[in-house]
Amino acid sequence: MIFEDEPVPGYPLPILPGHTSPGRLERVLRAGVFAVTAELAPPDSADPEDVYRRARVFDGYVDAINATDGSGANCHMSSLAVCALLTRVGYAPVMQISCRDRNRIAIQGDILGGAAMGVCNMLCLTGDGVQVGDHPQAKPVFDLDCISLLSIARTLRDEHHFESGRKITFAPRVFLGAAENPSVPPYEWRAQRLAKKVAAGAQLIQTQYCYDMVLLKDFMRRVEELGLIGQAFILIGVGPLRSAKAAEWMRTHVPGMHIPDAIITRLAGADDQAREGRNICIELIQECRSILGVSGVHVMAYRQEESVAEAIDRSGVLAGRVPWFPERDRSQPVNRVMQ
Amino acid sequence: MYAVRLWSTRHARGLELFYRRFESLLVRLHGIASAIGYARLERPVAGVERAVKGFLFDCQMCGQCVLSSTGMSCPMNCPKNLRNGPCGGVRGDGRCEIKPDMRCVWVEAYHGSQRIAGGLQAMQALQHAVDRRLQGSSSWLRVAREKATVAERSEP
Repeated sequence: MIFEDEPVPGYPLPILPGHTSPGRLERVLRAGVFAVTAELAPPDSADPEDVYRRARVFDGYVDAINATDGSGANCHMSSLAVCALLTRVGYAPVMQISCRDRNRIAIQGDILGGAAMGVCNMLCLTGDGVQVGDHPQAKPVFDLDCISLLSIARTLRDEHHFESGRKITFAPRVFLGAAENPSVPPYEWRAQRLAKKVAAGAQLIQTQYCYDMVLLKDFMRRVEELGLIGQAFILIGVGPLRSAKAAEWMRTHVPGMHIPDAIITRLAGADDQAREGRNICIELIQECRSILGVSGVHVMAYRQEESVAEAIDRSGVLAGRVPWFPERDRSQPVNRVMQ
Repeated sequence: MYAVRLWSTRHARGLELFYRRFESLLVRLHGIASAIGYARLERPVAGVERAVKGFLFDCQMCGQCVLSSTGMSCPMNCPKNLRNGPCGGVRGDGRCEIKPDMRCVWVEAYHGSQRIAGGLQAMQALQHAVDRRLQGSSSWLRVAREKATVAERSEP
């Protein structure tokens, strides 16, 4: 998709009326096409090439790349730095901000810094507890929670001042996001919580992995009843499972992970479990597209990132569209031929 | 104490009604409290508040109590101090991601809120970031003083 007012493809665009950011992701979502985002795991390295290598595997298949912020409470390169590197070459990153490691002084500084580096999307998260990560001896900060963080970010953008009331001279023009997990208790209240996030400023929602379509559909029905569809763009979290054993490990050890027994049984019964895991992922992506109010998918394929492009391709959800990437307009036609 | 804390969310309705009456009593005592001086009352009242709410709710004395909006389940007992609802890490059986021996304070809050009239609407209120300076101070006195001052201003 090429926007006709694009000065340099990939780089910040003019802000359209009703938009809050100059970003491509907001444009794609507001244009009403099915969007795809993917998660990049920041490297344990100070080499920028490690970041670019991880981004390139998604080329041509994703509209934005999330850079996690110490995901699973493990130490990695910062989300802010990964995003700043990505914007240098034109990618559309989603900067994740977790409340676990920084207080409101640091976080507000990062929001300004990220926006100054061309980051157009920011995802406000609570963050996993330190005990699950590689530094369980660290101090958990949690000065803010994801919802107070959202409202502070929105205040910076729309009212041009810090939480303290002190004015800023140029507001961060960002598209604000938040997470949701339809697969954990209290199930009936999850849509209400989403309403709270929207009220606090969330425009984009990326969910945790959803392997249980019954829970997801129930959640989306409640979201619709609350009139939230159209107020925020909801991207459903999906990802390939490598094997039944890996799935079992994930649902026991990864916070917020719910995988129904049926999926694990199906994986265990397959000859090629990794392939079956990818097939399940593709089916979930296609099923998500048919749910009212779903604007796209967010693919989290930790250590299987190279499989994302194929999964998106086989799912057909891009309908021939080739999202922008640094070499796109030089290397291939803008639209893919659909089989 | 954990067992008492669970009892309190089960009896959220009664406790909330009791607090409403207690709060209006405090507001009516504003004249006396002003005469004595709120600063002078701070330590003894905070001491009583800590003892009572500590027993009933495992209160952490954040100084900006929101128990009426959380079904009488103190959100400061959440290891992430979440004041706007549960995180996405709640276990399938409703237990805490970080402290598996504890039920998620927000799962408790959801149950407690259903017992309070208007509790679920109250839970939808956006809670601002905590003012860490109020840690250890009496929420009762602050609320009473604020409400009495507002009432005074609105009188003709």
